[in-house]
Amino acid sequence: MQTKAQAISIEATSPLKRSSNRQNKRIRIGLLCLAPAMIVTFVFMIGPALWSIYISLTNMSLTGAGAATPQWVGLQNFIQVFHDGEFLGALRVSLTYLVFSALIGQAVLGFLLALLMRKRNRVFKAILGGIIIVAWVIPDVVAGFLWSTFLAGGPQSVLAPGTLNVIMQVFGQPLHAWLQDYPTVMIIIANIWRGTAFSMMLYASGLESVPDELLEAAAVDGAGPWVRMWSVILPLLKGTIATDLLLITLSTLSDFTLVFILTGGSNASTELMTIYQYRQAFQFYQIGYGSAIALLIIVVGAVLSLLYIRLLRIEL
Amino acid sequence: MTLRRALTATPIYVILVVIGLFFLVPLLWPLIASFNPAATLSLQLPTNPSLVNFTTIIENGTVIQPFANSLILAVSTMVLVIILAGLAAYPLSRYQFRFKKLLMYFILFASALPVLALVTPLYAMYVTLNLQDTLFGCILFFVASSLPFCTWLMKNFLDGVPVEMEEAAWIDGASTVDTLRYILLPLAAPGVAVVGVWSFLGAWTNFFVPLIILQSQNLLPASVSIYTFFGAYGQVNYGQLAAFAMLYALPAIALYTLVSRFFVRGVSGGLKG
Repeated sequence: MQTKAQAISIEATSPLKRSSNRQNKRIRIGLLCLAPAMIVTFVFMIGPALWSIYISLTNMSLTGAGAATPQWVGLQNFIQVFHDGEFLGALRVSLTYLVFSALIGQAVLGFLLALLMRKRNRVFKAILGGIIIVAWVIPDVVAGFLWSTFLAGGPQSVLAPGTLNVIMQVFGQPLHAWLQDYPTVMIIIANIWRGTAFSMMLYASGLESVPDELLEAAAVDGAGPWVRMWSVILPLLKGTIATDLLLITLSTLSDFTLVFILTGGSNASTELMTIYQYRQAFQFYQIGYGSAIALLIIVVGAVLSLLYIRLLRIEL
Repeated sequence: MTLRRALTATPIYVILVVIGLFFLVPLLWPLIASFNPAATLSLQLPTNPSLVNFTTIIENGTVIQPFANSLILAVSTMVLVIILAGLAAYPLSRYQFRFKKLLMYFILFASALPVLALVTPLYAMYVTLNLQDTLFGCILFFVASSLPFCTWLMKNFLDGVPVEMEEAAWIDGASTVDTLRYILLPLAAPGVAVVGVWSFLGAWTNFFVPLIILQSQNLLPASVSIYTFFGAYGQVNYGQLAAFAMLYALPAIALYTLVSRFFVRGVSGGLKG
């Protein structure tokens, strides 16, 4: 029911003005809806990100000289980082870890699994898929703990042998203190175990959009399985591959908990950049220096991302 | 014909079983040891299996406080993220504007960046704001860092609800609230579920942030608590430790199973487009 005043006011505005009013109203509602999320994100995520840039240019620390009056040191932290042997070692460890556990390990294994599981028995798929996904879903802490117990024991250890050593015993093979003898290999394998499910799911979803008829047609034309793979499946999956590599790279670069729990941050050959950053910022209390390292981790991630986007688009 | 298919399929099944064993074996120890009152690090079938490990840690309070803390963190994060991401996703899904595609890719990219780098300045900021060593401080950061990805997910799910349905409701005279309750929410329910579970698990399993931000023993969530429990190497009761790990991991597995159907749909739906 409209009052006479309302009726008059509606008639008095032209259709053009009415639709732009509606447009403005929409924009206002839209911004109002976006506002709370943007405020929270800005204050608690972008804010600290910007502040970390500021901190990295000072010598702020939690104890000692830098705590009372943090001073501006400009790019000194960054220059120091590039001369820091331990950081360069950590960079090498992180990149090795990334390439072998994520790019080669998770992506290839995930792709293989997705491919092999395509036309299998549904119950079998559910059970196997379930196991692989459980490895991915359990909390980081539990995964780290699991692998610690799996790799435990060894000839010099006072503890009972862990599962891997028990298996070695059954097959008459020598026992090892796995984490101490082959630390880098072990964390790489543990991470492959942990993260393959994600790549597997992504590729399975991508493979669903590869039409069977195309593969059958290729087979009829005499293309063997390898040719079918390279010339039909892979080109169609280019987007999925790019997305997968991108996401797992960024996620692996920020891996901390699994390796920290396995090694306690003590072993130089398993010291990822993230662990090094943690030690600098929270064990040595050099917040300024730690922030600089943290920023460099982000930069490495950004550079690699741009690299992927470039590489995979050029090949198209 | 079937014989040939069986011949090519069998080696594949063998490979899959071997790979499956690789994934299964590390999971065996905690599963078995949690039911073994006299568990050691070795994988051994319990001589008299019982639930005593579970009951002990629940009764002597080892798990109650940490689980309560984890629950507070996770549920609060989930509720806030659903509301904020849902609100933000609506205009992103329904309204057209020039930079939309770029914005969505930017949001996705932002959500993948190493958030861990932010914890250092966050700690410094919290000290100033007196938010360090508070659960509330943790919740705010969890919400902020989950929002980009969850908004992106929610937007993809909302895209799947046809505008025509809302418009039909408006024509029939439904108010905004009514449309929300009877049209949007039921149809976007999978999206809400996925976003809820994702943000819940993000907070439930997070280790690094509470490690840095919280100091008080009674505020520690289960993720940090299990680490300190586990760190005491010599005197640890391995059976109880395994039971703790199982209890802590169970909600993650259960929740993921519930929404797994919708998760891949949401992620790949947004990526293919």
